[in-house]
Amino acid sequence: MKSVLYLLIGTFFGIVLFKSEAASWFRIYEMFQFDSFHMYGIIGSALALGILFTQLTKRKGLKSFYGEKIVIADKDKSFYRYAIGGVCFGLGWALAGACPGPMYVLIGAGYVPIIIVLASATIGTLVYGILKDKLPH
Amino acid sequence: MTKILEPWPWYVSGPLIALTMAILILMGKRFGMSSNLRTLCSIGGAGKLADFFRFDWKAQRWNLLVAVGVFVGGFIAQNFLSPNDAVAISENTIAKLNTLGFEDGGQAYMPQALFENQVFSNPKNLVLLILGGFLVGFGARYAGGCTSGHAISGLSNLQLPSLIAVIGFFVGGLLMVHVIFPILF
Repeated sequence: MKSVLYLLIGTFFGIVLFKSEAASWFRIYEMFQFDSFHMYGIIGSALALGILFTQLTKRKGLKSFYGEKIVIADKDKSFYRYAIGGVCFGLGWALAGACPGPMYVLIGAGYVPIIIVLASATIGTLVYGILKDKLPH
Repeated sequence: MTKILEPWPWYVSGPLIALTMAILILMGKRFGMSSNLRTLCSIGGAGKLADFFRFDWKAQRWNLLVAVGVFVGGFIAQNFLSPNDAVAISENTIAKLNTLGFEDGGQAYMPQALFENQVFSNPKNLVLLILGGFLVGFGARYAGGCTSGHAISGLSNLQLPSLIAVIGFFVGGLLMVHVIFPILF
């Protein structure tokens, strides 16, 4: 039952990503050209409501649907991993025009070459895992 | 109904993304798409190569199901909810794309030169897709998250690390589009 729920949440999110055009390479290019408010509106409004929800959840100590206390972990403190990793991600995001969520969306939408992008993203993850201890964090 | 078949405005889409995150948190999970790539590596046996992939991936099965759902959502949205999937980007952007050699700005969802099957006979563009994908996968794990994990979840939790990562995303993206694209295309 829970499995079906996760599938449905994903399906809903996939439709939102496609219909919002956040999965479009053109929208990502336009965002980095500052030519339209569209992507900033999406991220900004998601973030405003996200902050409201997350802070409320933490302050009120909300419980999950299953009665467990909700714990939202803090990210580890560091600078280099976020700065260097972030820049790498941004370079790829602008070039491939898709972050991981939209990659799944676009394969579903029938853009065959995205399979190459997803496969190389998986290899990128693999290479990070292998080099992890040698990289500045 | 016809509104659903048109592109969704930002003030509908953004709140629905926040809703997705809220439901996952209320189910006791978190919202992050790129960690599925790590799970895929583990399933593929990458635990033999690095400790990073030695974890109980079955505990991440729920997130793989979300990803499968996202794939299904893309299929449904493209085939049943989008009679016209041309993305109405701004005239400025269309003009800039023309100078780079992309002629289908404003007329399609994705540029043909990169995302239709013709890319398989264009070695340069194929290499660019591979490179782009690699940087996304490598960078997301290095930074510990992607757009969903840092820009939405992490910033919602007021995490300084996520702010650093998101600034990094933009530095990388601006560098690519403004400095590297004119060299590449």
